[in-house]
Amino acid sequence: MRSIPEYLPAHPFFAGLDDRWIELVTGCAVNAHFRAGQQLFHEGEPADTFYVVRKGRIVISTRTPTGSVVLDTVHEDDVLGWSWLVPPYRWTFDARATDETSAVRFDGACLRQKCEADPELGYALLQRVVQAMSERLRSARVRLLDLYGAPT
Amino acid sequence: MVPRRFVVRSSRPDTRDTRTLELSPVDGGPLAFDAGQFTMLLAFGVGEVPISISGDPTAPDPLVHTIRAVGPVSRALAGASPGTVLGVRGPFGTGWSVGDGRGGDVVFVAGGIGLAPLRPAIREVCAARADYAHVAVLYGARTPDDLLYADDLQRWAGEHDVEVQVTVDHGQHAWRGRVGVVTELVARARFDGARTLGLVCGPEVMMRYSALALLDRGVRKDRVRLSMERNMQCGVGLCGHCQLREYFVCVDGPVLPYDALEPLISRAEL
Repeated sequence: MRSIPEYLPAHPFFAGLDDRWIELVTGCAVNAHFRAGQQLFHEGEPADTFYVVRKGRIVISTRTPTGSVVLDTVHEDDVLGWSWLVPPYRWTFDARATDETSAVRFDGACLRQKCEADPELGYALLQRVVQAMSERLRSARVRLLDLYGAPT
Repeated sequence: MVPRRFVVRSSRPDTRDTRTLELSPVDGGPLAFDAGQFTMLLAFGVGEVPISISGDPTAPDPLVHTIRAVGPVSRALAGASPGTVLGVRGPFGTGWSVGDGRGGDVVFVAGGIGLAPLRPAIREVCAARADYAHVAVLYGARTPDDLLYADDLQRWAGEHDVEVQVTVDHGQHAWRGRVGVVTELVARARFDGARTLGLVCGPEVMMRYSALALLDRGVRKDRVRLSMERNMQCGVGLCGHCQLREYFVCVDGPVLPYDALEPLISRAEL
């Protein structure tokens, strides 16, 4: 497995980011491993992390009176979590690894601190997070159309 | 215009509302077709609807149709048991011309029942696999129970070196694959857009977003083809029911290039 400084510059999320900024954010990152079945976070808990998934599978879900509903899955090279960037910094859903999963875990408070100290970095990171959020929102909207349901 | 009589040889359930029928001609030879073409399939005394051919173009007997029961005619067709005689007109319309992708990558993007019209083209590519570089089948369905051709998907991946990626809009915890829309797969698949032929079939909104996702990956507009669905009735461009501005979908389509469709499919009620 490549080291974090080797892995991040090649990742699409960080594409185009200055080397010095990659170095800065790498200072907030550690490797993390999750067993199949291990919970990453629960809805309502403080959101202080951001993940780049290197391998494995994570299920994003929410709880209902009748059980847990799967909303999305996250796979190799996907990013997970934007609640670290947006007050009140709380997770809005549950996340659980369903396979052996490896990720780069960023400390959200550390990232925020570096973004505040260097607004250019903050803007560059915000653009990337917003793009990921926009893709998720588009996906959710398309699913709302229930395109494959019975024609009306 | 006169339907030929075909007898149902077998009927296999694919999902709760979809069945695959194998038909053989009562008289005359098999119905030669190009991948992507459709027939007008007639349930005697009930009605006639356009259904894409989902079998192997190199082995046209039996004639294979995968039918989703959504209305009175398609319910009658999907419910036809072995021995039932159905009427068949066609084949009609344009095909995928997947051979245009020889020497490069081919990406099939299917949504729901849209895998059925693509299946003959995928088989054509698998039969001449060495003629193509990377081949990907990206398939989205509503739920795991709505996935078609599970055996084919495994075979294409396992025996024909095809990148098969599947996603569902709604999956419970027992589902081990992806949950999300099929356009997300386009962004992740391993193909070189500059040398790719993209073939897309599914609900029109899904095709529009999939085409845009292919363009985002660098595929040329004239190298993206969609299979359109309109109210095909005569099948030969006479009745006008399937008119899409300057096109009659039954003869100019159903398969049309995205550069021709771009101004049409982004407009409501056209």
